Amino acid sequence: MALIHEDSERSKTFNRRTLLLGGGQAVLFSTLAARMYYLQILESDRYKMLAEDNRINLRLLPPPRGRIVDRYGDPMAVNQQNYRVVLVREQARDVGQTLDTLARVIELSEYDYQRVLREVGRKRAFVPVTVRDYLSWEEVSRIEVNAPDLPGVNIEVGQTRNYPYNDQMTHILGYVSVVSEAELTGDPLLELPGFRIGKQGIEKQYDRTLRGAAGTSQLEVNAVGRVIRELSRDDGKPGQDLVLTVDAGLQAFTNERLQAERSASAVVMDVHTGDLLALASVPGYDPNLFNVGLTNEAWNQLIKDPLAPLTNKAIAGHYAPGSTYKLIVALAALESGLSPDFQAYCPGFLKLGNARFHCWKRGGHGNVDMYQGLQHSCDVYFYELSRRVGIDRMTAMAKRFGLGSTVGIDLPGERPGLIPTREWKLANMGEPWQLGETLISAIGQGFVLTTPLQLAVMTARLANGGKAVVPRLTRPALAAQEAETPDGGEPPDEFPDMGISSAHMRVVQTGMDLVTNNIRGTAYRARINEKGWEMAGKTGTSQVRRITLAERAAGVTKNEDLPWRRRDHALFVAYAPVHAPRYAIAVVVEHGGGGSKAAAPIARDILIETQRRDPSGTPPIALVGGQLVKRG
Amino acid sequence: MAQRQRIFFVDRLAALRNNEMSLREKIWQINWSLIVLATLISGIGIAMLYSAANGNIDPWASRQLMRFGAGILILLMVAVIDIRIWFRYAYAIYFVALVLLVAVEFLGVSGMGAQRWIDLKVIQLQPSEVMKVALVLALARCFHGMALEDISRPTSLILPIAITLAPAALVLKQPDLGTAMMLLMVAAAVFFCAGVRLWKFALVGIAALGSIPIAWQFLREYQRQRVLTFLNPENDPLGAGYHTLQSKIALGSGGLFGKGFMQGSQSHLNFLPEKQTDFIFTMLAEEFGMIGGLTLLVLYAILLTYGIAIALRARNQFGSVLAMGLTCNVFFYVFINIAMVMGLVPVVGVPLPLVSYGGTAMLTLMATIGLLISVYIHRDVRISRRGLGIEV
Repeated sequence: MALIHEDSERSKTFNRRTLLLGGGQAVLFSTLAARMYYLQILESDRYKMLAEDNRINLRLLPPPRGRIVDRYGDPMAVNQQNYRVVLVREQARDVGQTLDTLARVIELSEYDYQRVLREVGRKRAFVPVTVRDYLSWEEVSRIEVNAPDLPGVNIEVGQTRNYPYNDQMTHILGYVSVVSEAELTGDPLLELPGFRIGKQGIEKQYDRTLRGAAGTSQLEVNAVGRVIRELSRDDGKPGQDLVLTVDAGLQAFTNERLQAERSASAVVMDVHTGDLLALASVPGYDPNLFNVGLTNEAWNQLIKDPLAPLTNKAIAGHYAPGSTYKLIVALAALESGLSPDFQAYCPGFLKLGNARFHCWKRGGHGNVDMYQGLQHSCDVYFYELSRRVGIDRMTAMAKRFGLGSTVGIDLPGERPGLIPTREWKLANMGEPWQLGETLISAIGQGFVLTTPLQLAVMTARLANGGKAVVPRLTRPALAAQEAETPDGGEPPDEFPDMGISSAHMRVVQTGMDLVTNNIRGTAYRARINEKGWEMAGKTGTSQVRRITLAERAAGVTKNEDLPWRRRDHALFVAYAPVHAPRYAIAVVVEHGGGGSKAAAPIARDILIETQRRDPSGTPPIALVGGQLVKRG
Repeated sequence: MAQRQRIFFVDRLAALRNNEMSLREKIWQINWSLIVLATLISGIGIAMLYSAANGNIDPWASRQLMRFGAGILILLMVAVIDIRIWFRYAYAIYFVALVLLVAVEFLGVSGMGAQRWIDLKVIQLQPSEVMKVALVLALARCFHGMALEDISRPTSLILPIAITLAPAALVLKQPDLGTAMMLLMVAAAVFFCAGVRLWKFALVGIAALGSIPIAWQFLREYQRQRVLTFLNPENDPLGAGYHTLQSKIALGSGGLFGKGFMQGSQSHLNFLPEKQTDFIFTMLAEEFGMIGGLTLLVLYAILLTYGIAIALRARNQFGSVLAMGLTCNVFFYVFINIAMVMGLVPVVGVPLPLVSYGGTAMLTLMATIGLLISVYIHRDVRISRRGLGIEV
């Protein structure tokens, strides 16, 4: 009985509430009817007038996108005329026949043929339907010649982005592509069919500047939408040109030089101004492909490629810095009061408790001081230094040199790297810091991660005597300054001093000099012989895997014997000329083996080319009042 | 003779109790007026699609007609299937819809940047549409057999809330704010009918109001823009407010009698966006005026009234809740879409049921009406809590 009673109670509630909801729905429906009455009866006259006004059709004129040029004004991204053939139904006597004729003149796929037939049927008679895009000159002229036989067939001109250097500057420039829904901001320009915006690199970073503002054209249309005449026209604001700090020729050379490797990246920068002269990452991809529309297959191939061609490894590749990190450790040691003459004995390993920390050289280096420690890249010496200096001072020094956080380059997708601290480890691993980890950090292994860009910045700051130079790809301030003093030379770039003793700097610089220019230095074979162009550098090899005890015993530690994936990364940082530093470079060859063998020769070739071209010696062009102006 | 007739009725009553209705009896019971209603509304839709294509049956009207045909078959099939089968498979159907929603993340075709479709070659499946029905099925099963006291226990609400939030979150991630809101509103209606205490709604309502500033942070730029535009559309007539303003102009200029079939200058001059899908009501109201708009509104109202009547008439709780949930679902579709084109709510992508061009929506709506009829046919069937045995 109770059950039935309860049941009826429940169904009473249900009925009551259902009727309530039904009532609510009725009220809301009445609102709709009332609104209809308001719009269609009360306000009808006003809207009829507005509808009449709608006969004046406002059409958006997409602004031409700004060009991107290198420091000399050499175009890196331009707009190209894109010729397309369109068909207007009412001008063609017989659409099928015209298309057949057209197919004999230019190549026309069956798919396009059917699509045009469909679209022509759907659109109004005077609306042009695109038959084919991206015609070659030859095709355009063939159509023009056959024009009498092709009634209703017209050639229209549009603009497409073109990158003359193809895949050589991809990772700087990025690419443009059609707007996705999530990118809509309410700007009607973005809703224009076929409008393209920057999706990567500079194209994305400076999209607003490059894009410009849309123009409008007021057209009078009749009741069926045919254009009667143009009433007024506002051409809008074309996108601004952008001058990069890059030297396109050097960039092309750098990219070419890296192509010899499967996966590598390099950054060349001016140590005084921070101008990035080249920034390359291979493999890349051809940004022009995104214009024509990438096939799904090609896109998937790009995404799935294990060598990550879409990633700019120069700013987003995380690598353990290896021995290049010893420069930082040496400076930290000097600052903590250790003398450069401090000596340590290297028997090939260092014992800490039960653990053995090996030097890269099996027999050891014997007695070494700081100069020799850098020159031979003796691991044991830096183990000893780090034990005395401690992790805190090492990380503090690393952070002063720009490691462990993004340097703030004007490209999307930069990654911060990682400089581990005690707090970081406790927070992320829940364990306190171990002394062994200090030792491992001292040779740039373990948790330490850096990007090639950060390594270049670190080297530049070492080379310029401790100025906190910041890298850049554009000179936003220059245009403004230039406008004020159009005849003025290059404004001096002042970067704050990092407060490192110049004596300490000289010790590390001398160490780097020894690495490349002393016959027993680790990179002597990759030295620069040209007088006055010599470089100073530091090799680095970052382990991808742990060498087991068994392997060490068996002696199978040769990189060449390992599969590519498990080989070490090769790193090299350098600056040149050694006595009046101007250019800094960082090269990382993924799984390239040793830094001296794989990375140093690349750095040497690029630095020679850099000094041959000497981009810092020639004044760059500038943008004055929207015009590119040569200076000097 | 009388004796024989009496025996016949007793037999039939017993048969009904046991729910051993024959197919013929079921077909006899089908509520044909609902089908006539659906046909009328779809017919209006197909006529408008014909007009939207400037008097061409291609590309929209023909395909919509085919879908309507397929939809009628699905409707009839769904209607005659025993309600206990729907009860038994309610969770399974929900689960399949949920899996499809997850799958759309990976296999989905991006439509305008959002992942919404799965391409099945025959039809581009939009799992979020399927979910609208599946969610009501699952919730109805959840609440079936729950006494009021059960419902008043907070723990008993955990399952239905989880059932609601999972698909809503997935849809929101697509990102499809409109559909996510619809799912939540339909669920709220079901909770309400099932007898969840009013103060709980008040609590959730206050919490929701409080979280608006936080939610604002998570909205995409274009979604924020839509809300802002709604608040002040005339502000930026060529920008984001364009759609609403043009829709109001088209609608308002239609007047009482409209401009005539295929004569809607605003729609045909392409001032109106998406005229074959979300803004199809505008086109109807421009070409047939307030008379046309009200006619469609009345047809919907009759449809909804049928739904509510079926919900009240059903003697099993599953059927009642199911019918009411589905009815509310249709109501939200209609109300939000029409309110949107008249500038009463922000622009969200909600189609007009049976009228807007779209395959999945058409088929799920026909299935919805099929389910309503199934509830009607099986109104006296008793369903045990497990849905298997028959209580006599």
